[in-house]
Amino acid sequence: MLWEVDVHDRQHDTTAQDLVTAANDLGFDVHTAHAATGWLIEGDMDFDEVRRIGTRLFTDPVTEVCRVAKVGEAELVSMPPGAEETHNLILHVLPKPGVTDPAAESAKEAMALLGVNATAVRSLKKYWVPAECMTSEQVAEIAWKRLASEAIHEVIIGPLTLSRLSGGSRWELKREHVRLNGLNDSELEELSRQQCLALTAKELHAVREHFNSLGREPFEIELETIAQTWSEHCCHKTLGSPIDHIGPDGESRYDNLLKETVFASTETVREQLGPDDWCVSVFSDNSGVVRFDGDHDICVKVETHNHPSAIEPYGGAATGLGGVIRDVLGTGHGAKPLANLDVFCVAPLNTPAKTIPPGIIPPEKLLHGVVAGVRDYGNRMGIPTIAGAVAFHSGYLGNPLVFCGTVGLMPRDSADGRVEPGDLVVVAGGRTGRDGIHGATFSSIELSSESENQSGGSVQIGHAIHEKTVTDFVLAASEEQLFHAITDCGAGGLSSAVGEMGAELGAEVDLEKVPLKYDGLSATEVWISEAQERMVLAVSPSEWPRLAEVARLEGVEATPIGTFTGNGQLVLRWNGESVGDLNCHFLHEGRPRERLRSIFTPPQHLPVRWSLENENFETVLLELLRSEDVASKEWIIRQYDHEVQGKSVLKPLLGPMGGPADATVIRGVLGRPRGILIGIGLRHHLGTIDPFEMAVGGIVEAVSNCIASGADPERIALLDNFCWGDCRRPDSLGTLVEACRGCYEAAVTLQAPFVSGKDSLNNVFTWKDDAGVVKEQSIPPTLLATAIGQINDVSLCVSSDFKRAGNRIAVVGISTTELGGSQLGVIGRITGGDIPKVDLKNCQNAFKSIYELNQQRLIASCHDLSDGGLGVALAEMAIGGGLGADINLAKVPLDDTDDLAKPDELISLLRVACAETPGRFLIEVKEENTSEVDRILHGSTWSWIGTVTNDSLLTIRCGEDSIVTQTLVRKLATAWREPSTAQTHGKS
Amino acid sequence: MLSPRALILRGPGTNCDHETAYAFERAGGHTKRIHVQALAQSPSLLDDFQIFCIPGGFSYGDDIASGRILAIELSERLGDTLRRFHERGGLILGICNGFQVLLQTGLLTPDSTSGKQAATLTRNVSGRFIDCWVRLQATPGNCVFLRGLDHFELPVAHAEGRFTTADKTFLQQLGSHGQFVLHYAKNRDGQQTNPNGSEQNVAGMCDRTGRIFGLMPHPERFIEATQHPAWAGRLDPHADGAGLRFFRNALRVIGKDLG
Repeated sequence: MLWEVDVHDRQHDTTAQDLVTAANDLGFDVHTAHAATGWLIEGDMDFDEVRRIGTRLFTDPVTEVCRVAKVGEAELVSMPPGAEETHNLILHVLPKPGVTDPAAESAKEAMALLGVNATAVRSLKKYWVPAECMTSEQVAEIAWKRLASEAIHEVIIGPLTLSRLSGGSRWELKREHVRLNGLNDSELEELSRQQCLALTAKELHAVREHFNSLGREPFEIELETIAQTWSEHCCHKTLGSPIDHIGPDGESRYDNLLKETVFASTETVREQLGPDDWCVSVFSDNSGVVRFDGDHDICVKVETHNHPSAIEPYGGAATGLGGVIRDVLGTGHGAKPLANLDVFCVAPLNTPAKTIPPGIIPPEKLLHGVVAGVRDYGNRMGIPTIAGAVAFHSGYLGNPLVFCGTVGLMPRDSADGRVEPGDLVVVAGGRTGRDGIHGATFSSIELSSESENQSGGSVQIGHAIHEKTVTDFVLAASEEQLFHAITDCGAGGLSSAVGEMGAELGAEVDLEKVPLKYDGLSATEVWISEAQERMVLAVSPSEWPRLAEVARLEGVEATPIGTFTGNGQLVLRWNGESVGDLNCHFLHEGRPRERLRSIFTPPQHLPVRWSLENENFETVLLELLRSEDVASKEWIIRQYDHEVQGKSVLKPLLGPMGGPADATVIRGVLGRPRGILIGIGLRHHLGTIDPFEMAVGGIVEAVSNCIASGADPERIALLDNFCWGDCRRPDSLGTLVEACRGCYEAAVTLQAPFVSGKDSLNNVFTWKDDAGVVKEQSIPPTLLATAIGQINDVSLCVSSDFKRAGNRIAVVGISTTELGGSQLGVIGRITGGDIPKVDLKNCQNAFKSIYELNQQRLIASCHDLSDGGLGVALAEMAIGGGLGADINLAKVPLDDTDDLAKPDELISLLRVACAETPGRFLIEVKEENTSEVDRILHGSTWSWIGTVTNDSLLTIRCGEDSIVTQTLVRKLATAWREPSTAQTHGKS
Repeated sequence: MLSPRALILRGPGTNCDHETAYAFERAGGHTKRIHVQALAQSPSLLDDFQIFCIPGGFSYGDDIASGRILAIELSERLGDTLRRFHERGGLILGICNGFQVLLQTGLLTPDSTSGKQAATLTRNVSGRFIDCWVRLQATPGNCVFLRGLDHFELPVAHAEGRFTTADKTFLQQLGSHGQFVLHYAKNRDGQQTNPNGSEQNVAGMCDRTGRIFGLMPHPERFIEATQHPAWAGRLDPHADGAGLRFFRNALRVIGKDLG
């Protein structure tokens, strides 16, 4: 029997309003609609039972009414109760079969609490639309554009005609060899493409030789396991390759690029630190681990989830966050997640619709989708999403970037998980379904306008509450030391998780024991499914009974599915019959390495050209504040619970008027003074101009964020996330090599070791234009640098908002006036220009000075200078504090005194006020502390430039007597908030 | 003197249990976090406690409506236990999701004439989740948690916090019994800080005894000054936050009972 319960809101039908808004936006004249949240319930139950469930479980007695009937009955398509108009077009939006439906899963569990057992439940949204306003096709168009996602939804116009929800029958064992012998290279590549393996012909040669030595062809499941393990996503295929590089300084050879740059910088720093080395576990576990206090270590990881988010933004971002949370949970013997960060790179929101190729989700819809995904997952997990950024560039149109990160806390010295022979392979958490098949290999393939159709199966939908309960379970089991090692099921699913844990020992797995969401999955599908919210634990048989008890208490399903053996073979079985038998050494070491070539030719130097007509200093400053990269992200920040867990000390918006923070800060442990700082650096506008300086500048920006808020410069850990275009092309790989070199230089000079990282190297989008010509677009080379700082006592943290009129303002650090890649270019006021070269030694000196000033409580506020330079930073400090300032541009210390600002030359003023030289700070100092500040900064490059005022004006002079601009702080604030306000009041 | 003990309920999706326990402990109490399944199996666990607190979170994902499933579970399996606990002088506190749960169990409005739940917390007018700080005004009456509090700030973080009732009469009835003890207030610039469109700016309410109290704002998130968004350079970082008073008040009342 299939029942439907429709729940109608009697007060504010916001669901219907969404449809009306969408219709109006798309040019349809619609004023009213009705909507319902519906539940399809399959099971052996009568009307009264469903009625009871409907009113008790699904309906708010105050604001809602419900209607219950069997699917197909006329009542379900008649007008909703209380509706006055007649709207006879009916639209249903519901998840496709097999797509995770968290609300339906919760509903099914809750029904059981009330004594009604359904065999299946599915949720839906239902709309009644006036037929005289639109045709069925037009309603469908609105649905697909605004209300539904092709990857996960079905849209049905008219009455539902379903008769059952559950389907599928148990898979019957089939074993088929995949024939590799006799195929030429192009046939091998075709095989790889068809099966979504992302293996090259050369790699398939290695596979063929290996199996020929065994006297057989591989089974499908074996080939899939190899494809997952050898994917770019799971091993640093490109970054770990030997490379012959030709750069501006001549030729160089790398045997392993990553080891010789990023890893090498960490080794160098650790050697120099000697006995004071505070790294614990770097680049080996699921996240990087460093020392924190006497009782705890902290760990951190940042991941990308670009391709899934391009196709299904909400699900892609949510599961991206879910995945990185599990990375932290799956580190050592399990760590408690403390804070999340998210960074999105998207095309400008005003990208004209007609320039958007088919198959691409418009940037505004995409951004709202990824924000909602992080919001719904992070908030439900009870982990504050406290740091982040949104970066805009037209190059991200078809291939947006979604970074999610998590910081965790673990007991000191618990970072070394070790699997023992004889340990049980235990899978815990969510059940396995067809979600996310081929996610790992899919992310290693370029996106195309066809991806939505081809790769729907690789989209995962998260179920945060399953992840929350599995987190509670893991932390409880960890406290009792009930397992030897743990990892998460991420890309590649069980094949990667069990494969990695058993890389040395080997394992035997009985795949039919894996709990399934629904029947019908083949052994291969079970093995490579990327269904979310699952962890794999190595558990001694003697601890298993207690672990099972803890799982039961926490309401988590935990199932032994095999054993770690010690014979070095990965054996897969189905009901006792072997379906795959792989040598672990071949699986993990057998990939042939390819020597790659890379070239970097610096782009042609273009002199800076100005585009100024009627502009003055104030109009340009207001344009900069409105620029998407610079403007307030309040509409996003307020949707995230950034205060849960009670540990936040510096939040993303600070001061009485909510100005922007530099780093955000949390306590490690409630009631204890030691704090963790999160800083983010992203110089994406420099990527195509100078990848080396992009890397260095991004790292300096991330570290500067932390320093400005009070971090100890001797305790800063870094993370790298490289997102690049097609690195099979030597010029693209060349920019990657240059960025890696930049990472090495910055990390070693600043003594800030990299502890973890991740790369995503196939961010290319292809489509056919109107004439049928294949077009291709790569993202700009993008390095996200994340800095994790520490402070001994959070009461010493400093915020960026001005505190009191009469306090003095100084700029610390040396300013240069190169404008290439700056926000002045983004707002269209310049083209070309050199980019500022970072002087890392100078930066390091500034970091030490600021730290000393902070530790002696001499700074009232501090802000690092980044996008928009000095002018924007001043404005932000004034906005946060609701106070004015009066500063003199002529006093800003410049690298080249020829660049001095001249009062009557707008260009010279803008060069000083808007250059983005990294590693500089504005500080606010009480009058009584000025002589002490003078003493500490003696020998550094710095200068007093003005004072904080209570006249609510930002006054900028050039020389004592020449006022360049006087602008109301309120006007600056309005400009800075304008893009955010538009999103808050816009679509949701 | 015996030290008061607070039971912090947790279940699937509870996520403010640790900081709520910390708040009670900072105020001088003892706490234990207990899973709803464990309590449902052994309701006598509650005998050792004088305070029962349902903290914030997304119980069971709030997938159908906020707090709905946990409220059903508490009513079905622990309804009598909680009523007896209240009758013997116990205090019950629901914060955010806990308030949503309490309201749906009927514990806050046992006197609703129809016997049906007649007040609810539903979707914010904005349709969105919001995390922001609000200014509040307490009119404590007999609500033990709010004694001595007047105007103060706390953060809210919810998507479904709009208080509304089935009819105006019931709204007036609750008001005339003094059950609306906490309201969103205007900030210093004179702007109303109601973040969700609640009727009469209701931010929290108690039952007629003043010993069951539910509120949308999070007092456990303002225990110390450093949790305030504008503390740096303005407040003594070691000062107490306004939220601590809630927990001290509760413990003081119980402390007197325990003698």
